[in-house]
Amino acid sequence: MRQKTRPMPSEPEQAAGNGVLDRRLFLTGGAAAAIGSAVLPDHARAAEALPVEPWMKTPGSPFAPYGQPSKYAGKVGRIFASAPGTTGTGASRTPHHLLDGMMTPNGLHFERHHSGIPDINPETHRLLIHGLVKRPLTFTLDALMRYPMESRIAFIECAGNSALLYQKEPAQLGVQPIHGLLSCAEWTGVRLATLLDDAGVDPRAQWILAEGADASGMSRSVPLAKAMGDAMVAIYQNGEPVRPSNGYPMRLLLPGYEGNANVKWLRRIKLTEAPTMTKDETSKYTMLQNDGKALQFCFAQEAKSVITRPSPGLTMAAPGLYEITGLAWSGYGKIAKVEVSADGGASWALAALQEPVLPMAVTRFRSPWRWDGGPATLLSRATDETGYVQPSRSRLIADRGARAAYHFNGIASWGVAQGGEVRHVYA
Amino acid sequence: MSTRNALLAACSVLVVAHSAALAESPNLGKAASPEEVASWDISIGPDGAGLPPGSGTPQQGEQVYLAKCLACHGEKGAGKPNDQLVGGQGSLGPGQTAVKTVGSYWPYATTLFDYVRRAMPLNESKSLGDDEVYAVVAYILQLNGVIAENDTIDAQTLPKVRMPNRDGFVRFSRGK
Ligand code: HEC
Repeated sequence: MRQKTRPMPSEPEQAAGNGVLDRRLFLTGGAAAAIGSAVLPDHARAAEALPVEPWMKTPGSPFAPYGQPSKYAGKVGRIFASAPGTTGTGASRTPHHLLDGMMTPNGLHFERHHSGIPDINPETHRLLIHGLVKRPLTFTLDALMRYPMESRIAFIECAGNSALLYQKEPAQLGVQPIHGLLSCAEWTGVRLATLLDDAGVDPRAQWILAEGADASGMSRSVPLAKAMGDAMVAIYQNGEPVRPSNGYPMRLLLPGYEGNANVKWLRRIKLTEAPTMTKDETSKYTMLQNDGKALQFCFAQEAKSVITRPSPGLTMAAPGLYEITGLAWSGYGKIAKVEVSADGGASWALAALQEPVLPMAVTRFRSPWRWDGGPATLLSRATDETGYVQPSRSRLIADRGARAAYHFNGIASWGVAQGGEVRHVYA
Repeated sequence: MSTRNALLAACSVLVVAHSAALAESPNLGKAASPEEVASWDISIGPDGAGLPPGSGTPQQGEQVYLAKCLACHGEKGAGKPNDQLVGGQGSLGPGQTAVKTVGSYWPYATTLFDYVRRAMPLNESKSLGDDEVYAVVAYILQLNGVIAENDTIDAQTLPKVRMPNRDGFVRFSRGK
């Protein structure tokens, strides 16, 4: 991670306890004033000339049709696990601790498959719209490509993301295994409402059933209001055709809704009066509460944030100025503010929000922090534009119980030990 | 109007024009015949509409289970290596370790037919005939004590099966 360890000539303004500094420090160039102009002492300067490396003297490698990351960036990859005895029924997770900005590269977008990644021939793929419609219709990919398109940047988060925090003891893992079932991409496609209008919605219809063409026929019921609202049949992901692992040749995008409902490899939409009660909206993706009753059809992901750096695995080298950075998002709109604490929640400072701040997209936040080398407990707390404040872990569990399995959006915390090791802790 | 206001006005016109464009469609969908739809229309709601002809009994289902499911779901649905399908009834109450299975958690029996027919057995989904699906559904329901050994499951009886956790679900509403 980026480190600024030079001595600070003057103490910049503390915004919260244990060294959290004013969020404008980096933005206004205050950091330069405060620390940047410090010149290394003579004995720290190297005597040799800077090397003229081999790649400065010979032509580099030729063109390639599809670019690949640097071989030195090879550790930036997904981690994954499958159900016993299967190879493609499971999930892979985004390495947020090694990324920055707000967009997830397509090869690193998280995945959740229920029967592997289908190898779909776009020539024979069809999207069928039927049920309570005046005219049942099928659409080819070619047909959809001729429709008016729109783009939107949206996060997709698995409802099971961060579920490890329901556990009694903090799992000794980092950002990727705990919070990696979240990604954000620019999706381009056709408004579902346009296609439903083509088919002519019967007034009795209240729900849709969306179904995938994969071997599990992944299917979910979604309220018609969402389908007629901002729902999209996405064909492009970050500018290129949607990746097979994310639904090629087309997927449903339901901005803000739990990942599972954003059905990939979309082959069928059936309009119905009532929910179909599929396996994944009854057996799974329902939240068992303390009283034994389970919450069903919780679709939107609540406001949430997570610090991606510092985080476990990224040991802090030496005391000095660091940036605490992370992601915040809400399925109910824009992020209004993110607060950061370095003293376990005793005091909080506003973090800077990196533009653009978009509804149902992740927002990157940044907070300058002067680490004095001692113990610290780092927390972040998001508030969305509806005024909803991300709850503490104990508040969430007190309200909902620890058996809910899904939609964990409580505050997560990283403990920095003397010496710089970062561990998952419960503050 | 200042230039800035004119620009803003132009922008809002664009926005309006854009949402109006939603209604303007090239209309490139192809009419789907009932015959075409039939092979894909495999979802079964709680009312049972769309359940195919055919039937099965627990006894017949045991044969299907032994041949097609046992390896992944264990003896009599006990689970391992994959999901447990039987047991756990009475484990959802306060303070207990919940064991969620078809018998303890699922609100509708129709879901079992829908899911097994579309997704199981995992490595060759959609390979079972409708009689086989009815039968293995009957077997799993009987192992869970939801139906009796000599009950028959078909399009009429399946939607009438009352699952133990039928009333165990509450619709989510934000802020409640
Ligand atoms: C090769 C292994 C395999 C075989 C064979 C198999 N299953 Fe499965 N089954 C799985 C896996 C894996 C899952 C979880 C799928 C997921 O994650 O969506 C599952 C899920 C299920 C579920 C949902 C469980 C729940 O509580 O949500 C049911 C019901 C089921 N299987 C029934 C059957 C039946 C009936 C058969 C035989 C006809 C069968 N399975 C054969 C692997 C298998």
